[in-house]
Amino acid sequence: MEEAVTFLKEWARDGLLPWSAHCAAVKHFGLTHATVEALALENGLFPARYQRNRNMISTQEQLQLFRSKVAVIGCGGLGGYVIEELARLGVGHIVAIDPDIFEEHNLNRQILSTPATLGKAKVEAALDRVAEINPAVTVTPVKDAFCLANGLELLAGVQVAVDALDSISYRLELAEVSGAAGIPMVHGAIGGWYGHVATQLPGDSTVQNIYRHWVEGKGIEQQLGNPSFTPAVIASLEVAEVCKILLGKGELLRDRKLSIDLLEMEVHEISYKKSSSTELVDAA
Amino acid sequence: MQVTIKLFATFRNGRFKIDHRELPDGTDVRTVVLSLGLTEAEIGIIMLNGRHGELDDRLSDNDTLSLFPLVGGG
Repeated sequence: MEEAVTFLKEWARDGLLPWSAHCAAVKHFGLTHATVEALALENGLFPARYQRNRNMISTQEQLQLFRSKVAVIGCGGLGGYVIEELARLGVGHIVAIDPDIFEEHNLNRQILSTPATLGKAKVEAALDRVAEINPAVTVTPVKDAFCLANGLELLAGVQVAVDALDSISYRLELAEVSGAAGIPMVHGAIGGWYGHVATQLPGDSTVQNIYRHWVEGKGIEQQLGNPSFTPAVIASLEVAEVCKILLGKGELLRDRKLSIDLLEMEVHEISYKKSSSTELVDAA
Repeated sequence: MQVTIKLFATFRNGRFKIDHRELPDGTDVRTVVLSLGLTEAEIGIIMLNGRHGELDDRLSDNDTLSLFPLVGGG
């Protein structure tokens, strides 16, 4: 290992480790991409692929992201973008959970779907995509539906659960399991031109409150479907929340929900205070 | 009594963004929802004067009622 570290240090330029040197170390020392990235970051070398992260994310923080494990529940519209962005950000371990395969009606928006991946498991496509864009990131594909029965097991060792589900009942199960697992849940939902995001920490019941009037079935997405841009917008907001949770910085969307209307270009913030009698909304 | 009704997202289609209505005293939220041609199942969020409300809540003079549809896709 010491030899490998010396090698990496020799090839670093201005503290940046070029991808070519990273690959040479993988080949020469028989290491995995993940091991080389860990060695680099632990020794103060910033992988050059992240150099544009550099003035907002320090080497220490990049290492923190690399050592993090995030579960993405749902690998469709929201989940595809969430996985793409987490992998490019440098989150070291992603648990991708989805029971489905790609179908033609996914092609208008789900970034992991292509004509070539029709019929392929969404989690397999996630695995392949991440291996292509950032081989240092480990993906654990789980081709199964997340539910109360398997939830705690699937969230073992995970720091944040990202809601990219398309079902309100499963989402409420995720909220319950995340709370029981003692980890934050970043909630996102979309329908047509509209979407919303909120972050729930263990002990909070924001998601349960958001769906307090729900009895059964789907929301407006059933009639409207979803275009290409709404999942990208909401997924990006979710990843920003995940990044802040993992690094312990910034202000989270805690006890509040951001509702976004891309047709009228309106953003409304709805507050969910702990005590239901003091809930306030700015917009309404 | 005079009540301000604000609608959001798809609830605006064929209706309005904001409307001021004269309603009989004691009208509840459910009655307003149904009078707008909406169903209970479509309701995501009910805000009454900036606080979370319920379908059974009774409205008072000068209240502002805001309705958001249910959004659950991914």
